[in-house]
Amino acid sequence: MAALGEALAQPRSLTPPAPARRRPFALAAAGLGALLVALVAGVGFGTVAVAPGDTLAILGQRLFALDVARTWSPATETIVWDLRLPRVLTAMIVGLGLAVAGATFQGLLRNPLADPYVLGTASGAALGAAIAVLIPVRVLVLEFGLLHGLAFLGALAAVLTVYRLSRIGGMAPLTSLLLTGYAVGSLLAAGLAMAMHLSGAALRQIFAYLLGSFDAASWGRLAGAAPLIVLASLLVVGRARSLNGLLLGEETATHLGVDVPRERAILLALGSLITAAAVAVSGLIGFVGLVVPHVVRLLVGPNARLVVPLSALFGASLMAVADLAARLLGEIPVGVVTAVIGAPFFLVLLRRTRTGYEL
Amino acid sequence: MIELRDVTVEYRGRRVLDGVDLSVARGERVALIGPNGAGKSTLLRTVTGVLRPSRGTATLAGEPLDRLDRTAVARRVAVVPQQASIPFATTVEEVVGLGRLPHEDPFRGPRPADRAAIAAAIDRVGVGHLIGRDARELSLGERQLVLIALAVAQGAPVVVLDEPTVHLDLRHQVETMELLVDLNERDGATILAVLHDLRLAAHFFPRLVLLDRGVAVADGTPAEVLSPERIRAVFGVDPAVVRLGA
Repeated sequence: MAALGEALAQPRSLTPPAPARRRPFALAAAGLGALLVALVAGVGFGTVAVAPGDTLAILGQRLFALDVARTWSPATETIVWDLRLPRVLTAMIVGLGLAVAGATFQGLLRNPLADPYVLGTASGAALGAAIAVLIPVRVLVLEFGLLHGLAFLGALAAVLTVYRLSRIGGMAPLTSLLLTGYAVGSLLAAGLAMAMHLSGAALRQIFAYLLGSFDAASWGRLAGAAPLIVLASLLVVGRARSLNGLLLGEETATHLGVDVPRERAILLALGSLITAAAVAVSGLIGFVGLVVPHVVRLLVGPNARLVVPLSALFGASLMAVADLAARLLGEIPVGVVTAVIGAPFFLVLLRRTRTGYEL
Repeated sequence: MIELRDVTVEYRGRRVLDGVDLSVARGERVALIGPNGAGKSTLLRTVTGVLRPSRGTATLAGEPLDRLDRTAVARRVAVVPQQASIPFATTVEEVVGLGRLPHEDPFRGPRPADRAAIAAAIDRVGVGHLIGRDARELSLGERQLVLIALAVAQGAPVVVLDEPTVHLDLRHQVETMELLVDLNERDGATILAVLHDLRLAAHFFPRLVLLDRGVAVADGTPAEVLSPERIRAVFGVDPAVVRLGA
């Protein structure tokens, strides 16, 4: 009887759930493999198919000056090197950035539903892009047009506004950030709606930006965005200790030696820079930044030292594959593909982690 | 280990601590008691450098707190929070491992010495049977032990606790208290705990400090501090409600 009472009193101990933890090095190797496959497939498939062997040979010759016998035409080389490779690499860099930014914002805000766009970056970038479309001036600096510039600045301006406004008043900093982000985002969305209303024939252009795409990728734009995204992502990895401290809340993080206000500002700035650079070159692509860090956390646990780099790897592969799918399906917007892959996947994730998420 | 001299703390324009003196020597075990709003948590937050006194000085292990950075404070004092919410599935071992953050190299992460300290803390607090479990699925009593193990892993000479027994049933309250006594007597940890339960405080702590409206009104053995007149004056209840054993 006593044993039964004991068992009834502690029903939890009857089903001890053990979160799975996989080996990070094996996962990193798998991620690198996936990245290589995505690269070769992304470059090889298309309206003109290029054999994987030729793809690898062209890459080897161009990147490492390998002496390979030419079995392909100059046109093939142009397709691989000038058209498809920059596009695949841009998709990878953007996927990497969005996944890192998502992991950063989820950890920083301690909110599993946070994504790179949560603090107004998306609306800010969208409004910036829409205004650029409406301004009848064409400027081009290093292959970057007004649209890229204003999207980038709009994203950063939105986050900066949210951050500044959130510091007014006596609310807890995290709650305040999230709510202010929502409010500012809504206001910017209203501005975007107005811009779209006024845009007339340019509506399609704004709409294309909102759905996201890599079809305008080029070496020049990649060269502009990649260093920023990669550098900021590396800096986030270097601050994994702070993200780990925040796991138990800001007060506990403070007691574990994290200078919370400073780290919050730095991580917010890095995450926002990455997001702004990503949305400037590709438009708004959802779900990668939300889902990838969750999948990685399910595999290796919440340690940011593993979550951030692995999210980067898998985010890059996923985005390259999503872009390939978007191309093969007749140039549909890549944001549609990531949503179609991401949303059901996310639902499954939520159901599997049954005690799930405290919001 | 802890020295507060004439400490006054103001919080949003209100004076929460008013000229408090407190000296806790290495290896002491001190309970901080007092009614709600007396300033107990504020005092803990001052000792851990979260709040700065507007007047007076606070030193920790001989160093003025305002000259220590967060990591240096974290190596000197470990804080056990009342409860912690965790947004992602996290194993008990991972939670305890967070105690090593103040010692970790920011780039290389935990080293073998850190892993050894984590294993030792898990062993010391007796939560070895929980290590693979998701910390969010534990009972409140188990969670409290895990948070104490985290503080032990931190390896700081001072351990500070804010109402460690508040969510616990009687058995877990006593077990937590016994663990604190053991950490104090066997490992030499200096312990400062805010406690609401006067009976637990009197039974398990040789020294009590009574705060009332931001002032330390009594400091001494349980018998000295918890006189019937003082219980009536400070807590506003009939002293018979708190029938102390001794």
